[in-house]
Amino acid sequence: MTTPPPRLHVVTGKGGTGKTTVAAALAMALAGEGRRVLLCEAEGRQGIARLFDLAPLPYEERRIAVGRGGGQVHALAIDAESALIEYLDMFYKLGRAGKALDRFGIIDFATTIAPGVRDVLLTGKVYEAEKRRDRDGRHVYDAIVLDAPPTGRITRFLNVNQEVAGLAKVGPIRKQADAIMSLLHSRRTKIHLVTVLEEMPVQETSDGIAELSASGLPVGHVLVNLVRTSPLDDAARKAVLAGHLDAGAVGDTLAAAGLDGTPGLADALLAEGVAHVERLDLQDAQRAVLAGADHPVVEIPFLTDGVDVGALYELAGHLAPVAGSTEDDA
Amino acid sequence: MSPQRRNADRGRMVRGDGGGSSVLPLDVDAVIGDPTTRIVVCCGSGGVGKTTTAAAIALRAAEQGRRVCVLTIDPARRLAQSMGLTELDNVPRPVEGVGGTGSLDAMMLDMKRTFDEVVEAHASADKARTILDNPFYQALSSSFAGTQEYMAMEKLGQLYAEQGGSGGGSRWDLIVVDTPPSRSALDFLDAPERLSSLLDGRFIKLLLAPARGPARLFSAGFGIVTSALNKVLGAQVLTDVQTFIAAFDTLFGGFRQRAEATYALLQAPGTAFCVVAVPEPDAMREATYFVDRLSGEKMPLAGLVVNRVTEVAGELDADGAEVAARQVEDADDETSARVAGLLRVHASLGRVREREDRLRRRFAAAHPSVPTIAVPALPTDVHDLDGLRTIGSLLTRPA
Repeated sequence: MTTPPPRLHVVTGKGGTGKTTVAAALAMALAGEGRRVLLCEAEGRQGIARLFDLAPLPYEERRIAVGRGGGQVHALAIDAESALIEYLDMFYKLGRAGKALDRFGIIDFATTIAPGVRDVLLTGKVYEAEKRRDRDGRHVYDAIVLDAPPTGRITRFLNVNQEVAGLAKVGPIRKQADAIMSLLHSRRTKIHLVTVLEEMPVQETSDGIAELSASGLPVGHVLVNLVRTSPLDDAARKAVLAGHLDAGAVGDTLAAAGLDGTPGLADALLAEGVAHVERLDLQDAQRAVLAGADHPVVEIPFLTDGVDVGALYELAGHLAPVAGSTEDDA
Repeated sequence: MSPQRRNADRGRMVRGDGGGSSVLPLDVDAVIGDPTTRIVVCCGSGGVGKTTTAAAIALRAAEQGRRVCVLTIDPARRLAQSMGLTELDNVPRPVEGVGGTGSLDAMMLDMKRTFDEVVEAHASADKARTILDNPFYQALSSSFAGTQEYMAMEKLGQLYAEQGGSGGGSRWDLIVVDTPPSRSALDFLDAPERLSSLLDGRFIKLLLAPARGPARLFSAGFGIVTSALNKVLGAQVLTDVQTFIAAFDTLFGGFRQRAEATYALLQAPGTAFCVVAVPEPDAMREATYFVDRLSGEKMPLAGLVVNRVTEVAGELDADGAEVAARQVEDADDETSARVAGLLRVHASLGRVREREDRLRRRFAAAHPSVPTIAVPALPTDVHDLDGLRTIGSLLTRPA
């Protein structure tokens, strides 16, 4: 039996792996014709604004791009302080007291040290956006992508329930946390882990998968970013590494093509070739580790020219399997 | 071929300009060789190799005769093992296999434990228990964004105190610190201030008021506030907060004092900050912020370490290599196909390097007085002392 595709995509990953870039590309991939996707960030870094070359995003949903299939990508930078004020206003009509809270530094207090409150507020805003419907009863957003905290903190971040347990055993905060948890644990949610094919990020990804699974949180894809490709085939890679391609022969070939005016070129090319193949072998070894993790893996190539808004469409193309995933949830 | 040998070969072939020939070279050997340097702080955004850089600097200093303690935050598992960081007891342990006349101790920060120890050291046993058991303290010590940064600074202060100032008979004469993988490189400078302003805040003063005396401080506004909080959080929560604050009250002054002392220590001339980056837009932007911030705060900046710089050998540029690859390919034999492949590898390295050079030139143009060293990307991960030695020698390679 096929289940409906997930509506909430949580994207985590180790620092430096390109988590925000991948989250943005996934939002573009999800924004097919007639669809609306919300891309959220929750860490106050303004990474989305930088990536799309926009002024810092306010606490307000706005359209930032057209998706790969012609749909709309909206963005929202969630901050806990604004979320708390909005929450209080929505549920308690606090008015004057709301302002007093701010004046007494309570907003600051509640969002910084009250255990888990910050995370309940951040995930709570995502929860609200996921549920929101228009006048005709249709979901306002067809999908939501959350650029979430890094792998090391993700389980704690999503386990809002446990976090507020010490704080609130009953009451509205607890009820809110329970509602959020039911979304995060459902088939409507997938948590994707961004990594690169290097030892430490792959290790952290495996640890992250184990932690998320142990908490009953639904792991989606492993998104392998910055994958190096090679113009050399397997036989050529072996020959380069084994030193079977000698400098003399390379030099003769270069000379035949009229490239004899650059001394040391053959040696330089061979040294680069060896380093290149070593890097590819390291990638292969880490790829094998990920293959053992039992979660679907999608690879996203390293772009020689760097990532700009145009490149996001290209990356979005590679994420089609994630965006269109209607896999069996057996 | 050994890594050392290969890097020596590369050293000869590298193009000299490295993203800006007018850049002042950062001489790490001069920094660690100066006996008045007592603290080296490695900072930068996440995933740029801070821990490896800190460990490499520490090992090199030790092997050059200094008695070094390195404080790491979150080392890769194998690197941690190679440094003997298997016991998590929050104290420095000697690293085996260090050559030369110096010594190297290493430790990995346990932030909760560091915080607990501060509480235990500064409160009576009863009061300490009350604090340690309070849910607000538990959140503060394990998940407050900034606690890790704060505790790294706290631990640095403790290690420095153990170092004993004069350096004569003390255990260490150089402390190398790695900073936490913050969402932003600036967090660790702000964390002590954020924590102490939070604890000194008006709200907390008001909460403490009933414990301190007459309730006249309860303004009408505060009444509304407490009733609103009770509504949202439940009555038990405010009681927990008040218990926590009351118990913690006596420690506030101490916290602020310690934060200020560490801050002053960081500004002292015996400290050297190394900002670590990789040649990618986000990391270089963070490095720029950090350098500006350090100079704004009058913190002594040693320079910028740019890790994982793409190495390109020879004189042939990317476009030339691409054209050559097409020419060579015409010959249609196995060797030619492979040489064309190598030329394409060279072309793509060249293009990546051009992009990296652009970023580094921009940084250098904005910060002409900041010494910089570029560390080439190694094809494999660093997870033993030999790997750290290789990085150490690359950190001091003349530009």
